[in-house]
Amino acid sequence: MIHLEYMLIISAVMMFAGVFGFLTRKSTLAILLSVELMLNATDLNFAVFNRMLYPDGYEGYFFALFSIAISAAESAIAIAIMINIYRMLKNIQVDELEKMKW
Amino acid sequence: MNFLSLFVLIPLVMLLGLWLARDIKGVRAVMVTGSSALLVLAAYLTITFLGDRAAGQTGEFLYTASFSWFEPLHIKYSVGVDGISVAMLLLSAVIVFTGTFASWQLKPLTKEYFLWFTLLSLGVFGFFISVDMFAMFMFYEIALIPMYLLIGVWGSGKKEYAAMKLTLMLMGGSAFLMCGIFGIFYGAGGQTMNLYEIANQLGGAHAIPVAQQYIWFPLTFIGFGVLGALFPFHTWSPDGHASAPTAVSMLHAGVLMKLGGYGCFRIAMYLMPEAANELSWIFLILTGISVVYGAFSACVQTDLKYINAYSSVSHCGLVLFAILMINQTACTGAVLQMLSHGLMTALFFALIGMIYGRTHTRDIRELNGLMRIMPFLSVGYIIAGLANLGLPGFSGFIAEMTIFVGSFQNADTFHRVLTIAACCSIVITAVYILRVVGKILYGTCTNEHHLKLTDATWDERFAVICLILCVAALGMAPLWVSDMINDGVLPIVNHIHAAL
Amino acid sequence: MESTILILLLPFFSFLLLGVFGKWFSHKAAGLVGTAVLAVVALLSYQTAYDYFFLTERTAEGALPTLIPYNVTWLPFFVNGLSFDMGILLDPISVMMLIVISTVSLMVHIYSFGYMHGERGFQRYYAFLSLFTMSMLGLVVATNIFQMYMFWELVGVSSYLLIGFYYQSPAAIAASKKAFIVTRFADLFFLIGILIYGYYCKSFGFDFSQEGFAAGAAMLPLSLFLMFIGGAGKSAMFPLHIWLPDAMEGPTPVSALIHAATMVVAGVFQIARLFPLWIEYAPDTLHIVAWIGAFTAFYAAAVACCQSDIKRVLAFSTISQIAFMMVSLGVCYEYTTGHEHVGSLGFMASMFHLFTHAMFKALLFLGAGCIIHAVHSNEMSAMGGLRKYMPITHITFLIACLAISGIPPFSGFFSKDEILTAAFAYMPAMGWIMTAIAAMTAFYMFRLYFGIFWGTENKELHAEHTPHEAPLTMTFPLMFLAVVTCFAGFIPFGHFVSADNMVYDIHLDWNVAGTSIIIAVASIFLATYMYIGERQPKADALAEKFQKLHRWAYKRFYLDEVYQFVTHRIIFAHISKPIAKFDRRIVDGFFNFLAWGTNGLSTAIRGFQSGSVQKYAFVFLLGTLALLAIMIFA
Repeated sequence: MIHLEYMLIISAVMMFAGVFGFLTRKSTLAILLSVELMLNATDLNFAVFNRMLYPDGYEGYFFALFSIAISAAESAIAIAIMINIYRMLKNIQVDELEKMKW
Repeated sequence: MNFLSLFVLIPLVMLLGLWLARDIKGVRAVMVTGSSALLVLAAYLTITFLGDRAAGQTGEFLYTASFSWFEPLHIKYSVGVDGISVAMLLLSAVIVFTGTFASWQLKPLTKEYFLWFTLLSLGVFGFFISVDMFAMFMFYEIALIPMYLLIGVWGSGKKEYAAMKLTLMLMGGSAFLMCGIFGIFYGAGGQTMNLYEIANQLGGAHAIPVAQQYIWFPLTFIGFGVLGALFPFHTWSPDGHASAPTAVSMLHAGVLMKLGGYGCFRIAMYLMPEAANELSWIFLILTGISVVYGAFSACVQTDLKYINAYSSVSHCGLVLFAILMINQTACTGAVLQMLSHGLMTALFFALIGMIYGRTHTRDIRELNGLMRIMPFLSVGYIIAGLANLGLPGFSGFIAEMTIFVGSFQNADTFHRVLTIAACCSIVITAVYILRVVGKILYGTCTNEHHLKLTDATWDERFAVICLILCVAALGMAPLWVSDMINDGVLPIVNHIHAAL
Repeated sequence: MESTILILLLPFFSFLLLGVFGKWFSHKAAGLVGTAVLAVVALLSYQTAYDYFFLTERTAEGALPTLIPYNVTWLPFFVNGLSFDMGILLDPISVMMLIVISTVSLMVHIYSFGYMHGERGFQRYYAFLSLFTMSMLGLVVATNIFQMYMFWELVGVSSYLLIGFYYQSPAAIAASKKAFIVTRFADLFFLIGILIYGYYCKSFGFDFSQEGFAAGAAMLPLSLFLMFIGGAGKSAMFPLHIWLPDAMEGPTPVSALIHAATMVVAGVFQIARLFPLWIEYAPDTLHIVAWIGAFTAFYAAAVACCQSDIKRVLAFSTISQIAFMMVSLGVCYEYTTGHEHVGSLGFMASMFHLFTHAMFKALLFLGAGCIIHAVHSNEMSAMGGLRKYMPITHITFLIACLAISGIPPFSGFFSKDEILTAAFAYMPAMGWIMTAIAAMTAFYMFRLYFGIFWGTENKELHAEHTPHEAPLTMTFPLMFLAVVTCFAGFIPFGHFVSADNMVYDIHLDWNVAGTSIIIAVASIFLATYMYIGERQPKADALAEKFQKLHRWAYKRFYLDEVYQFVTHRIIFAHISKPIAKFDRRIVDGFFNFLAWGTNGLSTAIRGFQSGSVQKYAFVFLLGTLALLAIMIFA
């Protein structure tokens, strides 16, 4: 039986790695990966807390699954956009994308 | 349905007609029909009004009607006219009519131009028939907004800058105005937006607590004053007029600037007599400055439209100046001056526009000897100039004399000094008018490009002759119009005096 | 008397007709219309005068009544019963003025046929003449001061239009502008005077028996003096005279009509009209008028002695003669006639001189017009010896010169003599001053006469273009006016016009008359001695000796330069320009600054809305952490 704390530590590390990546990386792809990382951290938390608080229920697992499905769809769309941007600009660095502002 | 609403409905129908019109002929047909209908309506209104007054109808406003728009805020569409508004409606109708002819050959986007032009006149007519503050404010805004496009798209010179400046300054004014109007509304108990009802509730006096009047009066007065070219909020006028196309200058200087004086008198002074009386000295100084300052500034300008714009500052300053004298004669004079200045300045701008359309310059240093080349326009210009400097036989003379006699009734030194200063403007006016006439019309033409130019076409002649006839008619037989205006001024002045 | 309204309306209609439709008239038709209308007006005026002076019954005291056949409220002022009325008032002076104006105007109309023959704008010229005649007639028959002011302005404008008739000549443009602005400036004071008058006396009318006038007595001297300034502007009193010499740029018949006979006496007429008020309430102020008049008379006579342009000489002579009329009004100090030579003598003399002067000065100007027509120049140097070419002009001009110099039996003698008598009765010093000026008048008029008709002939010029006598249309008015000048002096003028409308018998004071005749004759001899010869060594020597003085007088004592300096260097450069700059830089600058400031501020805070999600997320994170911290620690 793994202690709850270990699980939470892993998820926190994943979460903040994601946050750090999201704030600092310039590549859109890396930002997308960071977002996925954060999502996974929350998924993990859902599972852990479900197990700990409501051992008989399954809502937390379902929700985690649900969010995995959504993030899959989301990454598909995001990558599609990136490919399009890459086609237009030959670049997917975020600070190069200011053209879209006006 | 009240027949006054026709003043708003006709422009609406004109808008529809213009929208449906397919070519320039259709546009012109709609404009001519519509503006003639408005003119006829205004004439009919004047005759009916005079008839009804003669028949003994003594209500302050005639032909009143009211229609609820938004009950929770007591917003109503209320119409009604007195002598002042009848005079103003007549003026607006004449100027819209002549303005149509003055922009007969305007290109490009003729249809769009006339759409905005008609919308502008809708606002103006609506403003003058309304007696509800909210409706007035709304029509006021309707009249202002098209100006931005009319100048920005069809203007000349630094048109974008001028359009932006004009709109922003006037909008700034209407921000003040809106605060003032809501202040009046709540100060008077929040029951009604109708001017007449506010003025006469609680038996007339102190409808609005005096302490509050001190806040709302300056706001309202400045709000309207911006449009009436009150110093130092007049600077939109030179740039705006200089860049505007002919008919827009005519309508703007001729009618829109009168909205300012009309509003100051009808809303600010009428509803807040105590504050008007106490604070009048500040505004008297400002308007006194406007009168002399505008005239002096006009003396050294080199652009014809700037000269005329500064002259308008001076003459419109005289309107506000006379209103603030708070007596019957001066206020009647003020309205006469609005009427007369509206016609004269429209005539002036029409002529300048026609000259500019031919020579493509308005710089008086580049123009000379036009008398030989375009005699009709030059003679028109001289007549307009002489009317502007107060030649007897034209409307300016009667208006100025009424104002001076009225202002002179305030016997204290302060008012006397200001009155005499204002009188001085008639000399300075002569200086700048004759300077221009001497420079551009007389002499021999030295610019060979100008030698081939042609005189006015029939539509231009028509517009100019109409305006000259109006100015002369007013100047030769002022009695009826003066009586009619006095009929509207008297209740207001009495109301103000009763409250003091 | 009902036909008097036509006197005003006919010229007005002819103005409209010729002004609006003139283009479609031939020159001849336009001139005929104008002249015919004026002839009718003149006949109507004579008829009115006849009716008034001979058929109207005098009041019980024997005074001529004041009739008001028309009076309507034109513009109400709604206060103190004040209103702007329009009407017709007939009393001795207005009827006398009707005769003067319509006669001179008719002569000028006829004369212009010849003088303006073939000029471009002939129709316009006649239209303006009609306008002027209408306004001037309206001025003299005004029933109230405001109506007078209104026509006063109209007269000013028609003068402006006529001076600027040759609108392609820069000098004419400048002169017309100057005339209008200077008189307008004076009219400002007139207007203020009217306002004071109306406010304190509660009336604009001329019925001085109303009680308001007594109530307003304290302010009346100020009001009257301000009105006098207005009158001084129109009547070219020093220092507002500067426009009149320049006004000679207009066509010569116009100078005869407007700037010699009629408009310029409007100021005199105004004082005469308000005379009872002056005498009753402001006799001291009236004496200021006298001294201003005396100085002007002297100044103008001095300048006239040194001018070489014949129209300028006549212009200064006009100024000087009008000043005589002013003096004559100014020296009155009592209304009732206790002493033979006191009181209303001055008034009567002034009006008499106005009448005679109008005739002989118009004659002089029309004569000058013939001369200019013949030699195509205004300069005396182009003339000389013209007497053999233009006999009629010569004789009529001589008659007028004798009249203005005060030689009997010509009309000027009688009226000028009355003025001198009045001046002596007021103060001997004034009498001697005026006599001296009368001597100067005789001198400069004969200098002019000899310069034109005798003296050195400019043979070169005359060979090129032989001077010829003018056509009949031009000489007829000369002869007519010359006849009037010969006989007008014998009219018992005091029977018709006097301060209190009673019969006033004129007695010639032979002490005064004798002195003035002797001095005038002496001056004429002096002028003859100096100027009759082929060359004028004496005059040249004198001019050489007093070179500076001569130069100053020739340059009109540099007054024009002073005005030029004040208007251009001070008012334009130091008032108008700074104001215009202030407007652009400061007032407009402020609003532009406001716009610029708003713009700058938005640029400054625009960075917050960068659109970069990472920055937003960072701020979001910080915010969350801060909230978390608050929740934990607070």
